[in-house]
Amino acid sequence: MPDYLPHTDDELAQMLAFLGLSSLDELFAVVPAALRLGRGLDLADGSPEPDVLARMEGLGAANRARTDRLVCFAGGGAYDHEVPPVVRALAGRSEFVTSYTPYQPEVAQGILQAVFEFQTMVARLAGLPVANASLYDGANALVEAVNLGVAASGRQTVWLSSGVQPHWRAVLKTFAAGTGHVVVDVPLENGETVWPGESGDSGVEAPGVLVVGYPNYLGCLEDIGVARRICDATGALLVVVADPVAAAILRSPGEWGADVVVGEGQALGTALSFGGPYLGLFAVAQRHVRRLPGRLVGETVDIEGTRAYVTTLRAREQDIRREKATSNVCTNQTLMAVYAAVQLGWLGTTGLREVALRCARGTRFCRESLLALDGVQPITGATPTLREFAIRTPIPGRLAIERLADEGYLGGLALADLTGDDGDGSVTGDDVEHGLLVAVTEKRTRSEVEGFVRTLDKVVR
Amino acid sequence: MTAVGGTAVGAAGGRATSAPIMGSDAEPTLFELSQSGRSSWQLRTTGMPDWDVDDLVPAVYRRDTPVPLAEVSERDLVGHFTRLSHRQFSVDLGAYPLGSCTMKYNPKLCDTVAGLPGLAGVHPGAPASLSQGWLQIFVELEEALCEVTGMAAATLQPAAGAAGELTGLLLMRAYHSARGESRHRVIIPDSAHGTNPASVTLGGYETVTVPSDERGCVDLAALRSVLDTDVAGIMLTNPNTLGLFEEDIEAIAGAIHEVGGLLYYDGANLNAILGVVRPGDMGFDIVHMNLHKTFATPHGGGGPGAGPVAVSPRLVEFLPGPRPVRLPPGSANDYGYATPAQSIGRVHSWHGNALVLARALAYMEVHGGDGLRRVAERAVLNANWIRRRLSDAYDVPFDRPCMHEVVLSAASLRKKYGTKALDVGKRLLEFGFHAPTVYFPLIVDEALMIEPTETESLQTLEALAAALETIAAEAASGEPLNEAPRTTPVRRVDEARAARTLVPTYDARS
Repeated sequence: MPDYLPHTDDELAQMLAFLGLSSLDELFAVVPAALRLGRGLDLADGSPEPDVLARMEGLGAANRARTDRLVCFAGGGAYDHEVPPVVRALAGRSEFVTSYTPYQPEVAQGILQAVFEFQTMVARLAGLPVANASLYDGANALVEAVNLGVAASGRQTVWLSSGVQPHWRAVLKTFAAGTGHVVVDVPLENGETVWPGESGDSGVEAPGVLVVGYPNYLGCLEDIGVARRICDATGALLVVVADPVAAAILRSPGEWGADVVVGEGQALGTALSFGGPYLGLFAVAQRHVRRLPGRLVGETVDIEGTRAYVTTLRAREQDIRREKATSNVCTNQTLMAVYAAVQLGWLGTTGLREVALRCARGTRFCRESLLALDGVQPITGATPTLREFAIRTPIPGRLAIERLADEGYLGGLALADLTGDDGDGSVTGDDVEHGLLVAVTEKRTRSEVEGFVRTLDKVVR
Repeated sequence: MTAVGGTAVGAAGGRATSAPIMGSDAEPTLFELSQSGRSSWQLRTTGMPDWDVDDLVPAVYRRDTPVPLAEVSERDLVGHFTRLSHRQFSVDLGAYPLGSCTMKYNPKLCDTVAGLPGLAGVHPGAPASLSQGWLQIFVELEEALCEVTGMAAATLQPAAGAAGELTGLLLMRAYHSARGESRHRVIIPDSAHGTNPASVTLGGYETVTVPSDERGCVDLAALRSVLDTDVAGIMLTNPNTLGLFEEDIEAIAGAIHEVGGLLYYDGANLNAILGVVRPGDMGFDIVHMNLHKTFATPHGGGGPGAGPVAVSPRLVEFLPGPRPVRLPPGSANDYGYATPAQSIGRVHSWHGNALVLARALAYMEVHGGDGLRRVAERAVLNANWIRRRLSDAYDVPFDRPCMHEVVLSAASLRKKYGTKALDVGKRLLEFGFHAPTVYFPLIVDEALMIEPTETESLQTLEALAAALETIAAEAASGEPLNEAPRTTPVRRVDEARAARTLVPTYDARS
């Protein structure tokens, strides 16, 4: 009977006697007898920790795609970056791991200050003055950004660039079923968004929110100024989905005039983790602060005048506004925010730029090497790419992934797995079935890339 | 011997006495520790061509100056975050009876599981053929959660309880729509968590609040009076936020189902009933679980969690997709994905908070069915022990057997001596315990909501109760408790100033 319960038999008897009860079952006398389970749960008997650990290790062994077995070239919003031992050691400290939301600031200054530092770093990356304490992940941050934008503009029509990661777009549409937002898919052409306004199309309803990726999920750099001009003309809010690593070398979304910047923070210190827990980044222009979703830490003083931190603007939050709330977010991903704060502290000004540069160098080197192969074509034309890129191979993308895995590579993501078999506004036709999305991080060496390129050349024949 | 905290050396039980052990000076921010030119990063040698940023990014997109971050040595980084950790209370440090949050001890085994390279090092976009271990974890966890809740199938995608709530409401919406019905209202008791009404609004429904009766449960007559075919469903927490079991649940379920509505179970308090009674058997149609509370993921300072949603058979076809599934024998793989025909769509960018899900499965495997039942029994036993023990020193607004938590009240202390629930909580910090949840549920005046959890020992309960009794006695003797706490890393903070003069970043400091 392995468990973590401290009660001895004597203590159980003593406690029951104190309550005037004769058995533990009597604790549940208030539960109507007809409803009680009346049998044990149909689950396996408990197992000692070493047995459970061995089983979980066995399940891990069944995951062929693990990064210690396959060299990872997959991205699409989840990246294989360096997370050094010092980051794991610090963010993994049990004081951070086993605390909860800082409801009692007097005994939560550690988390509060770490989050304050995180907010500062995210705001600087975004080029905006305020960032929140994080949301669940990038897709959730996008949903919240659109809700903010609709509330601020008073218009429910959302122009959504198809350059936003396809799963995120799907999530946004799922939640639009509840809010009633009208999501208009705006297609890409050669990797760049073709906004309805650009062609003077007057038959389209004025948007309340525009959403654009920077770079978009195909790695393409788009002129955010086009979207900004539409927002200026229509009064819509501009939501920029930004990559926090590429941000180190790109003109900031704030400089482009973003109202809200959202992103996936997994690249900042969180392991690939099969997709979660990740980290939703969320920053806003000053004028939207009162609509900020989620938690926000602010600096203040205690009654002795000592610098202190506390969650603030609580009047925005669901537990106070209840049915009048515009967000139901309660927790965030504080622990991942702490990981990001430590990771960005470790990288510092020069390190983050170096990571971004190395990703860009590796991506360019890999892309040029692949495009030099017979039958491998670019999908996004001459649009400049950063972070990742899409190519068309002579064989279906899914088949290429399987064959590359047999040779030791996670060779990217099959575009059809992201967009569905029929494609979407980002890729169409033969590019869907034959498309591969390839990402190269600072962890990839030249010899790994050369091996990958050689292998791909072999398996697509 | 009795310092401010009043702790006696050698006293047993779950109180934190180690912080602050190294003085109470404020820790500078990382930005203040920064020295230009210092660094700690080290990256792999790659041998890539040495292209400069000008070769890689067109001028129009290029940043002029680097993003300013802190520049510190690794030694300074370690010192900074270690000192911050010393300014933070945690479950590992001491008892954390924060009602409604289930701050139990979390086995370190689960941390090890979450760090396994075969789990943490897997890209979420890898095809099913390359991630069979993960899919098996998902399928087995779904089956276990369905057994615990008495439901037919579950989605593991929602990243937290609130995300589960909204997912559940969208399932409710899809169900009614598929039947050609448009319903507009969802019923919520006045004792509900704030996320419930907020989720209802975002799910596109209007909230109808029903009052609690004098026993602290849903007022059945009031509920019946608002029922009609415009009601999409009801959201209930059972045991409710007062820690009380809704004994009329069968009648409530019958009444809701009679008008064609659905019952939504908020699983915030599932810990109390593991292996005892199941939401499905009570008549619920949709159930969200807070895995981080019930199945032991440490709360991480406020996340991550996971909020899977389980449903009854008639809602399975609406679940979010793609769903991990067992494939028929003879398939190329044992596990794959399938999207239900009338799926509401994705609610997460990938598969949910996978590492939290793996922790939950490991936790359930250690405990087994019997162990989970023992968890519930001990949690309920501990809460009732606290209720009985403190019923003299504090008001107990609903003084009958509770489940996993008990709501006390400082109303009498306030009336007689001016001592508020807030003061009690702040003073308790000086005894080395985290404060209870205060001022929730809203329907209890000066509420002190205590959830000891099953992992605290009798000695810890004794120490906690003794501390709360001391505080009540101090209030009666006229001690000014609004000065507390004095021994914590900072004292009471000026929350009004934080909101009035917003300083959300280091750069906003004047």
